[in-house]
Amino acid sequence: MTVTETAGPPKYPFGPVVRLDLHPRYAELCRNEPVSRVTMPYGGEAWLLTGYHEIKEFLADPRFSSHAATEPDTARVTPLPLRPGNLLSMDPPDHGRIRKVVAHAFRPRIVSQLADRMRDLVDSELDAMEEAGPPGDLVQRLAIPLPVRMIVELFGVPYEERAEFRRYSDVFVATSAHTKEEINEARDGLEEFLRRLIAKRRSSLSDDLVSVMIEALDAGELSEVEAVRTGIGVLMAGHETSLSMISNVCFLLLAQRELYARLCDDPELIDPALEEMLRIIPLRSVGSFPRRASEDVVIGGVTIRKGDTVIFQRAQGDRDERVFEDPDTIRFDRERNPHLGFGHGMHYCLGASLARAELRVALEGLMARFPSLRLAGTAEDVPWKPGLIARAPESLLVTW
Amino acid sequence: MSQEQDQVQGDAGKWRIEVDRLVCAGTGLCLGTAHGRMRLDGGRARPVEDVITPDDAVTDAAETCPMEAITVRDATTGEVLAPLR
Repeated sequence: MTVTETAGPPKYPFGPVVRLDLHPRYAELCRNEPVSRVTMPYGGEAWLLTGYHEIKEFLADPRFSSHAATEPDTARVTPLPLRPGNLLSMDPPDHGRIRKVVAHAFRPRIVSQLADRMRDLVDSELDAMEEAGPPGDLVQRLAIPLPVRMIVELFGVPYEERAEFRRYSDVFVATSAHTKEEINEARDGLEEFLRRLIAKRRSSLSDDLVSVMIEALDAGELSEVEAVRTGIGVLMAGHETSLSMISNVCFLLLAQRELYARLCDDPELIDPALEEMLRIIPLRSVGSFPRRASEDVVIGGVTIRKGDTVIFQRAQGDRDERVFEDPDTIRFDRERNPHLGFGHGMHYCLGASLARAELRVALEGLMARFPSLRLAGTAEDVPWKPGLIARAPESLLVTW
Repeated sequence: MSQEQDQVQGDAGKWRIEVDRLVCAGTGLCLGTAHGRMRLDGGRARPVEDVITPDDAVTDAAETCPMEAITVRDATTGEVLAPLR
């Protein structure tokens, strides 16, 4: 590249996002400067963490505030900062108060009760795909229907309204694919959608999440804005991430088809294989949600000043050679795999159990029915959705 | 007074925190929820003290543990106080 050296920290992101590749700059930083300075697309300079230990320490340290990162001057990769009132943008004690309300629906015990329902859904989608004959699109047949169906059912969105909800959600998760105005419009649209849902469901409470939130609302445990924004957070994180991960896992296993073949030969490997996928796949296109230091904090020997913004590249931390042997190789035989794919500390993914269950059911369904599954074209032919927070193929055509 | 009686009287009204360390994923969520009550040891959570005077932060930690690895019991009767349901 022929870029003139300019004063100030390097521009972030370091280059275009390509498939599931990590820009080589991350590995260099992880080795030599795991706490480094970058210039963000919006809001100026920030710290970028790329080392496993540094990221873990950061995520566990309450002196880094998620709420403060909702300020408009926060350095970030998205056109707009998160709105306050969402679980992701909360600090203690608000965070604990709200998380307690919604956590119940995502407990392992509750999620395991959904496994049969997930299997039925996957079966019927794969029936339809098999009947229609190759090529089939795993994004439309598997990656979208399973998590969307599960989260709308868990949450209590009437099934016939899912299209409206999906329309907003595609824009909501944009980094560069949509303008600031479009994103704000989608956020308003979703908030209105949630407000209507809460009003409508008041008279027909059941055991879904919106009912739990309405009860908490009436008990004064959370405000309406918190219910609406936390609800949106749960709906968004509850399906965009899972559908992207199901697509990415299928892509990776079929792009390196010996991995898929090995799993079909030994289905017992599915759990370690999924953990390895969670470790190696950079789900986030770039960076992370930012947090800001509420006082001076030292991380990895570097002083981060009060008010400074910090982001991290989780996927690089999970390839830190100080922690993972042979970090760039996909291995299903790692004895320990303490990856940070679901985060760490108080914002640890609320839906981790749900996501793991969906990934497992989706993959088991595929392997049992299509042991000869392969990409319809080459890996390079697969189109990707650009400019979104999460990476994902636009479509994934397969044959069998 | 026998040691057993002493134990019972000493624990009356107290809670016992248990962590299933095979289930715990070391997310550290409980360290923030129940501040000063939990710590990480070898990447897994462990109570700072097993038997404590009642503290709602600890039942909150058990209710919100993403792995359901924490159980809070009445120290005398063994009754499960959290997580419920």
